[in-house]
Amino acid sequence: MNTLLLVEQGLNGLQLGVMLFLMAAGLTLVFGIMDMINLAHGSFYMVGAYLTATFAPLLDSFVLGVLVALPLAALAGMAVEMVALRTLYRREHLDQVLATFGLILFFNELVRIVWGPQPIFLSPPAWLGGTVEIIPGVPYPAFRLAIIGVGLAVAGFLYLLITRTRTGMLIRAGASNREMLGALGVDVKRLYTLVFGLGAALAALAGAMAGPILAVQVGMGESVLILTFVVIVIGGLGSVRGALAGALLVGMADTMARALLPTLLRAVMPPSQADGMGASLASMTIYILMAAVLAWKPRGLFPAHA
Amino acid sequence: MKSVSRGVAAVLAAGLACFAAPLSAQTGEVKVGMITTLSGPGSGLGIDVRDGFALALKDLGGTLGGLKATVIEGDDQQKPDIAKQLADRMVERDDVDVVTGIIWSNLALALMPSLERAEVFFLSPNAGPSQLAGKQCNPFFFGVAYQNDGQHEAMGQHMQSQGIKRAYLMAPNYPAGKDALTGVKRFFKGEVVGEVYTAVGQLDYAAELAQLRAAAPDGIYIFYPGGMGINFVKQFEQAGLKGKVPLFGPGFSFSEDSLPAIGDAALGVMNTAQWSGDIDNPQNRKFVQGFEAAYNRLPSVYAAQAYDTALLLDSAVRRTGGKLDDKNALRAALKAADFKSIRGDFKFNANHFPIQDYYLREVVKDDKGRLTNVIRGTVFEDHADPYAAECRM
Repeated sequence: MNTLLLVEQGLNGLQLGVMLFLMAAGLTLVFGIMDMINLAHGSFYMVGAYLTATFAPLLDSFVLGVLVALPLAALAGMAVEMVALRTLYRREHLDQVLATFGLILFFNELVRIVWGPQPIFLSPPAWLGGTVEIIPGVPYPAFRLAIIGVGLAVAGFLYLLITRTRTGMLIRAGASNREMLGALGVDVKRLYTLVFGLGAALAALAGAMAGPILAVQVGMGESVLILTFVVIVIGGLGSVRGALAGALLVGMADTMARALLPTLLRAVMPPSQADGMGASLASMTIYILMAAVLAWKPRGLFPAHA
Repeated sequence: MKSVSRGVAAVLAAGLACFAAPLSAQTGEVKVGMITTLSGPGSGLGIDVRDGFALALKDLGGTLGGLKATVIEGDDQQKPDIAKQLADRMVERDDVDVVTGIIWSNLALALMPSLERAEVFFLSPNAGPSQLAGKQCNPFFFGVAYQNDGQHEAMGQHMQSQGIKRAYLMAPNYPAGKDALTGVKRFFKGEVVGEVYTAVGQLDYAAELAQLRAAAPDGIYIFYPGGMGINFVKQFEQAGLKGKVPLFGPGFSFSEDSLPAIGDAALGVMNTAQWSGDIDNPQNRKFVQGFEAAYNRLPSVYAAQAYDTALLLDSAVRRTGGKLDDKNALRAALKAADFKSIRGDFKFNANHFPIQDYYLREVVKDDKGRLTNVIRGTVFEDHADPYAAECRM
């Protein structure tokens, strides 16, 4: 394992991390502010990917496709919040889990009816299709660099939004004490709807960015949702800062384990066994990481209501 | 007097019963239980199987072997327990004569015990697990598609004949993944520089692709079914590896159901399968044209396998003269495989798995710009699976 390869794997870990952050930020905002567990968050990821895959070829531009898909996904999110989720805020978490699980099934079938059962194709924009040699001798996919850029930009945007704007102040206030916020004359209902729309748009952005590298298919939201929950549990429920830390940690740990474990195990056992065991251990890594973090800090790294 | 009339009545009734049995068989129907995956991520394959089977029934005028055909559909959601519930219901309530449709090997294994108990035949249009080909081979199971190892073995043979010295093998970390790479290694005798297993359902292969680049092999073999394959091949191209390292795979990773989603990244990839849309015989031409006309898309291997399954059942029902209750006769009729398979030569081995040719195919664009496969050669002729010797039946 040489240094260049290690640097490349570091970039891969960072890329996976920021991708997970886009998902985790929205999920944890909704949880932190509305105390709402939304399993259907992955559905907005899927809808974002499908909408982008539909509009990008129509408009002949990936960027324009994303710009059309995001507001549509946000509107879908707000509609779902107003129609289905609003009644669930005062219910127990288990009721929310059941109801939003139903929404997953609903969205999967809806997407299948609209777009059909076969996966559909989404290509990266031509100018990001190739590779860039940022480190001499290591060609790196340009589109993955773009994902890193977009993810870090969104992290910056969320930081400014939450700490520097009036909306951010209301969001933080809503997370701490929603009755008081309502008593001060703020329309809490509308604030919740807006936050939910923002969460949906972030998930849709993750889906749109994932489309060119992954299969755009029914159910694509579920596999990423599990990782996202690991991220927010590690980071601390309800904290955007925790989501960023957790996402980068999970992205890096997962990538490094997959890259290094089989090689390390080959040093102590025959290759055929090492490869199988390395793969099994690598897929457990993030759960071991989660267990370790929770043993050390039971409420996650940066709990929102410490 | 009374006793005489009773005797007459009994004779009459017995005579009627004798007469009625063949009569009802003549005007009877064939009930087919179509249990397949119609929802969720794996639904593309199940829908192709359902549509391929339905097309064959349409071509046969809605009959199987001269009897009216009724298909009862069920969505297994890719879950073994649901598949088993559906099978039990179809056997007990709907009284189906045969069950078909199953895509996934673990589901096929889950169904087999209760179908065997009920003495209902299972014609697999796809799943062909090694268990059912070897020690657990079953008189009520017929694998119409392939034994799971077949396509992998064929590509192992092709890589060997291409003079590949250092090969890199990748598959998901589950039984079918390990079987796949075992199948490749059964015929590929060069050095395996990397044998990488990844998590099932893994989305991102960046870390593995970086390792692959560093290993610099002469060729890479992947077995990634469904969305995993789409992800891998797209990312393989984006990492700039396409054209540098030759990519090989089984036909089901490069089938017409997933090619549109992979896009041009699949162009030129060599893969192996027992069927291809350009196999030149009248029945295959009819199938390909009919499928496109009916569903406005190119047929996949799964659709082809299901079409053949219906043709096989048609031939078997005809051969028994419609007497579906005679299980031994029906088994013998199925075993005879007296039908014109769209894949060309086809016959059953002693373990009820096919003996058939495997072709080398290349992904190309057709005259309408759609991605599809064309045959570039024959890897195996009359290939049988290696498990048949273990089957006692």
